[in-house]
Amino acid sequence: MPHSSLTHLDRLEAESIHIMREVVAECDRPVMLYSIGKDSAVMLHLARKAFHPAALPFPLLHVDTTWKFRAMYEMRDQVARQAGIKLIVHVNEEGLKAGVNPFSHGSAVHTDVMKTQGLKQALDRHGFDVAFGGARRDEEASRAKERIFSFRAAGHRWDPKNQRPELWNLYNARKAKGETIRVFPLSNWTELDIWQYILTENIPIVPLYFAAPRPVVERDGALIMVDDGRMPLAPGETPTLRTVRFRTLGCYPLTGAVESEATSVAQIVGEMLRTTTSERQGRVIDRDQSASMEKKKQEGYF
Amino acid sequence: MSAAVSTAMNDADIEAYLERQRHKSLLRFITCGSVDDGKSTLIGRLLYDSKLIFDDQLAALERDSKKVGTQGGELDFALLVDGLAAEREQGITIDVAYRFFATERRKFIVADTPGHEQYTRNMVTGASTADLAVILIDARKGVLTQTRRHSFLVRLMGIRHAVLAVNKMDLVGYSEDRFAQIVGDYRAFADSIGLGDVFAIPLSGLKGDNVSAVSAQMPWYRGPSLIEHLETVPIDETRLVQKPFRLPVQWVNRPNLDFRGFAGQVASGMVRAGDAVRVLPSGKTSTVARIVTADGDQTEAIAGQSVTLTFADEIDCSRGDVIAAAASPAEVADQFETTIVWMAEDKLIPGRPYWLKLGTRTVSATVTDIKYRININSLEHLAARELDLNEIAVCNIALDAPMAFDPYDEIPALGGFILIDRIRNTTVGAGMLHFALRRAHNIHWQSLDVTRESRAQAKGQKPAVLWFTGLSGAGKSTIANLVEKRLLADGKHTYLLDGDNVRHGLNRDLGFTEADRVENIRRVGEVAKLMADAGLIVLVSFISPFRAERDMARALMAEGEFFEIHVATPLAVAEARDVKGLYAKARAGQLKNFTGIDSPYEAPLAPEIVIDTALLRPEEAADRIVAALKTAGRLNA
Repeated sequence: MPHSSLTHLDRLEAESIHIMREVVAECDRPVMLYSIGKDSAVMLHLARKAFHPAALPFPLLHVDTTWKFRAMYEMRDQVARQAGIKLIVHVNEEGLKAGVNPFSHGSAVHTDVMKTQGLKQALDRHGFDVAFGGARRDEEASRAKERIFSFRAAGHRWDPKNQRPELWNLYNARKAKGETIRVFPLSNWTELDIWQYILTENIPIVPLYFAAPRPVVERDGALIMVDDGRMPLAPGETPTLRTVRFRTLGCYPLTGAVESEATSVAQIVGEMLRTTTSERQGRVIDRDQSASMEKKKQEGYF
Repeated sequence: MSAAVSTAMNDADIEAYLERQRHKSLLRFITCGSVDDGKSTLIGRLLYDSKLIFDDQLAALERDSKKVGTQGGELDFALLVDGLAAEREQGITIDVAYRFFATERRKFIVADTPGHEQYTRNMVTGASTADLAVILIDARKGVLTQTRRHSFLVRLMGIRHAVLAVNKMDLVGYSEDRFAQIVGDYRAFADSIGLGDVFAIPLSGLKGDNVSAVSAQMPWYRGPSLIEHLETVPIDETRLVQKPFRLPVQWVNRPNLDFRGFAGQVASGMVRAGDAVRVLPSGKTSTVARIVTADGDQTEAIAGQSVTLTFADEIDCSRGDVIAAAASPAEVADQFETTIVWMAEDKLIPGRPYWLKLGTRTVSATVTDIKYRININSLEHLAARELDLNEIAVCNIALDAPMAFDPYDEIPALGGFILIDRIRNTTVGAGMLHFALRRAHNIHWQSLDVTRESRAQAKGQKPAVLWFTGLSGAGKSTIANLVEKRLLADGKHTYLLDGDNVRHGLNRDLGFTEADRVENIRRVGEVAKLMADAGLIVLVSFISPFRAERDMARALMAEGEFFEIHVATPLAVAEARDVKGLYAKARAGQLKNFTGIDSPYEAPLAPEIVIDTALLRPEEAADRIVAALKTAGRLNA
């Protein structure tokens, strides 16, 4: 490392590690939300660094909607097999029994029941008082004003008008019984920082981020991948093989692909530099209603 | 993503680009000014010029510009910042928002604090992490009161670099004279408050003059554009590396018996394996054996890095301690002069205990004296007995334990602190340490040969403090009086401190405002402590309406010595009794700040004993208390 100067990635890494250590030192039962995407991959990598040589002092939690890409489940199971990793998978069983899915219930209901409610169930069931999330402030406007330590009243509600002032690197992790905190160690990272860090640190990510021929259908202007036999096709709708990749990963029926030739992280970055649409545009859930993220967050979504 | 990145990039270009990216540094800055000064337009322009506006956002901007824009259908950059989340429509106030952009040389994080009534709190929050402040001035208006206010806060928060952005130059005909006049006015003021490094740039956020490129409109200006300046200004961390080594310990890493590492972020200076260090406040010394990271051991670590240190010796060191260079350790003290910015609706009350967090250490702190409040518009010093939201004051504080520190101006991470409400856990204030009022290692307790144990032993009893709390007229004094009679009959040495009686003597200078009530209880707590030291069983009968002060009294006593007795008479019952006729007066408005009427009573959350006077006669209540003391083992010697 060059003497007496840190790069922007050095500073971001050191900040994220500091945040994670504060949580572990001050809180009783932390958990790390693991959503299998690139941000989760970076967050997990930073967590290992923060507590090295000790194992992770908290489990990972995957709130499974059962509609993730198959390649994501493979990645998740691979991570779960690694030494020192304890992974909890939670599915909202009531939602599953009720047959909630993105096709017949729409993205809003599906996301609320399987993701938001599922998350709250899992936190309550295990008594977790702090949950790490991989959200970044550059992703979406309501994130831009959220604290790194984001306090939730009993019932997991976020009150954007009543946030604790957050000064310097002093985080206030004090809370009463029943209250919880969501902590975002990647708050100050941008999408480009994430990719650069993945490249520099050689962090494994789900292959769906890289371009490959995949069967897709075009719906409402979005390219949806037909990942398994559960996807109902409209009359006359036939999947076509197109060379695509994903900029973000979620439930496959709700995640739009982009046409791309990028098969390496460097090429992805190159593509990003030419890109002229913002990252979340690939997500169907954000477009359901205006300012939808803020509303979902108030209800307890990550 | 800079303008230099062309659309026809091949793999070799990308590699080269990524290589350059790797060496980018990070500058955090804050913009000070209101919408009227063109702040949102300037930030929007910075984002736009650095190509951070995507097509979908640009489409939204074009649509919004036509619909609600103020530029006659031209792109209104302010909407990029103000309108991103449709915040105005939802009526949600942003307090501090962070925006991100990057150029070829640097990544930038902008703290944007749209200023409304909460401006001081928000600006101080945004400024706390900033390396630089951009202070906006409308060229037509010149230096205004708000310019002075922003500059004072920038100086207060110790930001080393300021840019005076004289905006809207297009509206004054790009006049060199006007610019020179404003800069002259401003420099005189900046010097008077000790804001040294100010760089003035004439610009127009709206037209883009001198924002990212030097403008042809102002050939008389030979300096860099705003972006060029932001790209080259030195970053604070470089300066911090020159300071003595400090590392506040966050967490002790003990994966097995063979490894004991101290994890933390280096606050200042640098450390090398083999360096002699001192652990504060204990003062124990050792040498650094290893600097451990997941990427292998390092030979040195510098300010800003998160590392794990191991020592050559097994010495005590835990979260909250500071590891410092042995040759130039931090000072240790428990009383300080500070500047406090108050951030809560509830007033700051001297004497009331708060949690204070500095670095990784959390201690109990009280403001012992508000020396003066500062009017941030006029910079006048004013007398104050308490602080309201957004007020700033120079205060003395006292901690319940010694703490390692450096003056905020020297090493911000060792001198900046937050204050936390002990009941609600909210962050209520922020402060900067200036200097220690006395050094903790110079105050010694006079060691006395007769100890509190021997005094108690001579009386054949264990000291205790029975703290009766409840509304006026609840029956506290009646019950306390009965308990004392029984204890006396049992041969115990006791004293009853009664609220009304103490107010005739020791506390006759105090009234009934919140601040005076806090001081009232603080004094009684201290007296009760002295009496318990003397070996007495002390009965305290005070309304003591606030949890924080009862907790403070509890904290003064030894473990197991304090009994909080809630005489839980409902307000209606106490008011119906109205033995002293006080409720009637309070209801008639003749008595202000009366507990239960126009001043709150905070019931205990976990009292040792609860007495429901609706169910128990005073004699039965006294029996129950004496029985509880016996059960707790306080009545046998």
